[in-house]
Amino acid sequence: MAEPTPQPAQATDAESFVVVLSRKIEAQVQGVRRLPSLPDELAYEVEPTALLKVCRTLRDAPDLRFEMLMDVSGVDYLHYGRDDWETTEATHTGFSRGRLPSPPPDPGMAGRFAVVYQLLSISHNARLRLRVRCPDTLEPTVDSLLEIWASANWFEREVFDLFGILFRGHPDLRRILTDYGFIGHPFRKDFPLIGNVETCYDPQKRRVVYQPVSIVPRVLAPKVIRHDNRYDPALKTPELPR
Amino acid sequence: MDSTPDSQLAEIRNYTMNFGPQHPAAHGVLRLVLEMDGEVIQRADPHIGLLHRGTEKLAESKPFNQSIGYMDRLDYVSMMCSEHAYVLAIEHLLGITPPERAQYIRVMFDEITRVLNHLMWLGAHALDIGAMTVFLLCFKEREELMDVYEAVSGTRMHATYYRPGGVYRDLPDSMPKYQPSKWRSRKEVDRLNESRAGSMLDFIDAFAERFPTSISDYETLLTDNRIWKQRTVNIGVVTPERALQLGFSGPMLRGSGVVWDLRKKQPYEVYDRLDFDIPVGVNGDCYDRYLVRMEELRQSTRIIRQCIEWLRRNPGPVMADDRKVRAPQREKMKGDMESLIHHFKFFTEGYDVPEGETYAAVEAPKGEFGIYLVSDGANKPYRVKCRAPGFAHLASLEEMVRGHMLADVVAVIGTQDIVFGEIDR
Repeated sequence: MAEPTPQPAQATDAESFVVVLSRKIEAQVQGVRRLPSLPDELAYEVEPTALLKVCRTLRDAPDLRFEMLMDVSGVDYLHYGRDDWETTEATHTGFSRGRLPSPPPDPGMAGRFAVVYQLLSISHNARLRLRVRCPDTLEPTVDSLLEIWASANWFEREVFDLFGILFRGHPDLRRILTDYGFIGHPFRKDFPLIGNVETCYDPQKRRVVYQPVSIVPRVLAPKVIRHDNRYDPALKTPELPR
Repeated sequence: MDSTPDSQLAEIRNYTMNFGPQHPAAHGVLRLVLEMDGEVIQRADPHIGLLHRGTEKLAESKPFNQSIGYMDRLDYVSMMCSEHAYVLAIEHLLGITPPERAQYIRVMFDEITRVLNHLMWLGAHALDIGAMTVFLLCFKEREELMDVYEAVSGTRMHATYYRPGGVYRDLPDSMPKYQPSKWRSRKEVDRLNESRAGSMLDFIDAFAERFPTSISDYETLLTDNRIWKQRTVNIGVVTPERALQLGFSGPMLRGSGVVWDLRKKQPYEVYDRLDFDIPVGVNGDCYDRYLVRMEELRQSTRIIRQCIEWLRRNPGPVMADDRKVRAPQREKMKGDMESLIHHFKFFTEGYDVPEGETYAAVEAPKGEFGIYLVSDGANKPYRVKCRAPGFAHLASLEEMVRGHMLADVVAVIGTQDIVFGEIDR
């Protein structure tokens, strides 16, 4: 562990709280990389191997004290930045409605799954976001934080259920939100929105049965990414009306 | 029978019992598998997900504005607070601030929602424990606030009233009135319409004026009631350290004596300009959490009155003047080609939110309701994660009920203020 920085970690008027906090964290924690975030938020990418150590420091160091784990969520980056409609060329060709859909992304894409933790420090009134990318996509696994925060129990079960991310060291990794005997992980981007099976009553068998879905998936509003000049920092002028 | 009485007892000592999913005290669709030693709980395993609708996945498939209505349906007794977190997250990423009047309206409706939620909680909790009257009294008051919801948004529950950049429309000048019918005489209708003669603010003001008396009425029935105390004092005790470990928030955390309220500590909208107190418990049992929530009802009424006073004095816009998040005015849309195109694009494609991620949290009546929003620059959210306070609370149910009697499970479920809409999502 690095030596703490000598200057006192108190917020002066010139420095925002986030700057002070980030300095404290970077002085004490190794294996983290600052992620771009909104100005009043703080986010770090954590090395999967360093996760447990980082979290323990974040919870126990007296000037950090993130004593609460508020949320754990999985993210599947499979379709990140891919749109249904090509809009850049739209001026010349019209909206590409007749366009063939681009080939689906490779489900084995490296770094596809990530787990995002929201931490809260009551003592210092600070929030922090940690992200861990699962190293292996086919069997995504990260360490369980159950030992550090008891609230991780159900949060991790939920991420396992919906994304199929395994948590090493979790004693009771059962499905939690989906049906008994459900197959698949529904919040993965390659899982169809309408699902794979539907239930109905079978009068012959006189019970409720599963069968393949009978409805056709459709997209009501296509996903569009417009490269909007207004959010281009190079083009932003203060007198532009917002 | 050649077995001794002792071995017979041993045979029936431990048994497993299903509590719910169809049980009036299960607050919806909780299936609780209880392992009992006589009447004492050894193990409790909540099975949830019977109301899972995949809200987060649905939100990923729709333009941003079309998911506001889903947020109402998460915690269906504190509708506008869930909307608030979602709308705040979008505003953070877009970098827009709603006008001041919209902020006051939002705060006022957040507090109305808190009163709605706590009334529902109080009624249901008391009913579960065996006090029927409170339930009826609470629902009488709830009805008035539901009418406020209806007057402002058109629906009694699922309002979809908050929008990124403000609120859907300004407060109406009049309240809908009762009409005489076969079942209601003219005289009765006149009595009911007495408080509805003025504007909506007058109506809410009249409510806030008399509501503290109603709270005292509920307290007369419960606070010193011997049976109520027997059922709640020292039941489901959570220490402050444990409450932090378990991710508690809201009244569950404050009941354990932790001074933490996002409205004070991380104020959003105009909470930093309002005067109110944060009640905190001491023992962390069901009774303290009851006292905390009762005091919150009073404090919410205080906030509502301050908002009414400000809103009366300060007319103004309720929506940010940002063409990105706001549909063109109807008159313009009918006569102007560009506005028509804008209108069409706004309601079909929606608007793009710049790439980035944010976590927006509000102090919902049940605790911290947060939205973790990831946008890849498209017109739909890339990922929406709803942080439901009840999820963390229910996860601790086993710890809270172990060693208690079966009847106390009902008290603990009641004190956690469980609503399955937000837990199962």
